[in-house]
Amino acid sequence: MRTSSPLMTLLFGDFGSRVFYALLLAMLIVVPLLNLGVTETSALHLSTYTVTLLGKYLTYALMAVAVDLIWGYCGILSLGHTAFFALGGYAMGMYLMRQIGTRGVYGDPLLPDFMVFLNWKELPWYWLGFNHAAFALLMVLLAPGALAFCFGWLAFRSRVTGVYLSIITQALTYALMLAFFRNEMGFGGNNGLTDFKEILGFDIHLASTRIGLFVASGIALGLGYTACRAIAVSRAGRVVQAIRDAESRTRFIGYRVENYKMWLFTFSAVLSGIAGALYVPQVGIINPGEFGPINSIEVVIWVAVGGRNTLYGPVLGAFVVNFAKTYLTAALPEVWLYALGALFVVVTLFLPQGIVGLVKQLLEKRR
Amino acid sequence: MNTTAPTPAKRGADYFGMPYARLLKRRGSDAQPPELDTSHRTVLYLEDITVSFDGFKALNALTLYIDVGELRCIIGPNGAGKTTMMDVITGKTRPDHGSAWFGQTLDLLAMSEPEIVQAGIGRKFQRPTVFQNHTVFQNLELAMAGDKRVWTILFAKLGALQRERIEKVLETVGLKDQTSLLAGSLSHGQKQWLEIGMLLMQEPKLLLVDEPVAGMTPQETERTAELLLSLAGERSVVVVEHDMDFVRSIAKKVTVLHQGSVLAEGPIDEVQRNPQVVEVYLGE
Repeated sequence: MRTSSPLMTLLFGDFGSRVFYALLLAMLIVVPLLNLGVTETSALHLSTYTVTLLGKYLTYALMAVAVDLIWGYCGILSLGHTAFFALGGYAMGMYLMRQIGTRGVYGDPLLPDFMVFLNWKELPWYWLGFNHAAFALLMVLLAPGALAFCFGWLAFRSRVTGVYLSIITQALTYALMLAFFRNEMGFGGNNGLTDFKEILGFDIHLASTRIGLFVASGIALGLGYTACRAIAVSRAGRVVQAIRDAESRTRFIGYRVENYKMWLFTFSAVLSGIAGALYVPQVGIINPGEFGPINSIEVVIWVAVGGRNTLYGPVLGAFVVNFAKTYLTAALPEVWLYALGALFVVVTLFLPQGIVGLVKQLLEKRR
Repeated sequence: MNTTAPTPAKRGADYFGMPYARLLKRRGSDAQPPELDTSHRTVLYLEDITVSFDGFKALNALTLYIDVGELRCIIGPNGAGKTTMMDVITGKTRPDHGSAWFGQTLDLLAMSEPEIVQAGIGRKFQRPTVFQNHTVFQNLELAMAGDKRVWTILFAKLGALQRERIEKVLETVGLKDQTSLLAGSLSHGQKQWLEIGMLLMQEPKLLLVDEPVAGMTPQETERTAELLLSLAGERSVVVVEHDMDFVRSIAKKVTVLHQGSVLAEGPIDEVQRNPQVVEVYLGE
């Protein structure tokens, strides 16, 4: 089958993308069916816990795609991308907190529990508006986007590159983590935001709501992936890859490298924010731990394991590594971090193109 | 020694590599390239340019003019300041002293690197730096003159006219059969030509070419000489080269640099007979 539209060819032109879209679509149909359509006693029934777990993986995959866009395509190794993920998550968390209303432990109609506990009398100004879903959604996009834009403006214009940039991104997310740990910040400090009741009027604990969130995460991943791929195959995508391969050369043929980096970085941060916002209602909590520098490094490992510079590789990586994490942290909790480190070393040494690269190699050999 | 080299701080620079006043002037200026005015038949004016690195004067009151359509060869021993001169013209290095004008109206010292490129100065580096993971065609497309802002490029479609231009350049540099090969798989000589092709895509008024035939086979060298000769006329070409045979085969006018200033200038035969030149360079 040949598609006639050039856009279709660009988006579905490569094998990996076709597999990605097919699997995602299959997942979005089969998982809800097995959860809602099959009785709980049946062996085929998929528990709501599993649905939520898969939904969480989908948000991770979206984040991995966002990181691949800047790392695989532009060579910007961000070790602080969870900062944007967590900011999107906090924006969503604030909306969910305001939806609790009088159902909190203290029953205060306006103030979230932790503020009552801290003896605060009124809602801080930056919590205003978060009772509206539309405003919260806007903040999900704006908060990470604005931070990334400012960061990018400063870092890329000063021509900070390579390992120095990576270190600054680590510092950024670490600083945010420390800030959000403080009770005075008004984001629930240590405990973060939790005890959510409903989202858009739906009970957050219902299986059907979980399915809705799962599907929403899948759609977000599909759209985010498509957007990244559209950028990657555009002329701007070729400029970005040229920047990755020979930055000063690109500057010399007349491109404002810093602007390209800044916009790409901002777009990637917004995608991460969306991923974070979908993650929070599924796991039911957002706390400063999400800003942890280790988390950001984990994302980079997903991308490396899956195979960077492909966009679909990182999706695979996010699923494989997190599946292993879910399994290992339950079965052999003390082993996980060692396994993760070993995985990274093995991939770096033997699989520079990740799993996807290995598969490609094997296919070529068989031919 | 009575003069101390002015430090960057002294001339009001330079967080971003250029003085603040110039930085402000730069704002939002990546729109359309400014017009080049060569009504006086001179495309490049370098006057009294001095560049010091830690007290060492890479360029010492260098003064040089390039005419419209001229093919000029710059020669000189290692450390004579040839590459630094190119760096000054392209905005990579800011001089401590002196002035650099492109045509009558464009002050090169007040322009950023991309602005200088947009205005029409193209540079070919010593080592071929093509984009290895892009095809030959994509390399030329990347280098094509035009609006290079993020949004325009993101939605840019290759028009028939643009495609034609790329084809034409492919023909000029002789890479028609390699169009869809990755640039990384080209031979050394082909990479050099591709890079010259990329320069041509920028429609430069002034072409700076750094050691174009280093490491080339005799056949490739000959082909390159033809190429450079065919390029002059429509545009000005400045070639920095060590290979004297090559220089003799293409140059009408030669400038000899020595210790950062012009030692001699004129037709190749005249320059070669100049005793000072023989002493510092040719007679080694």
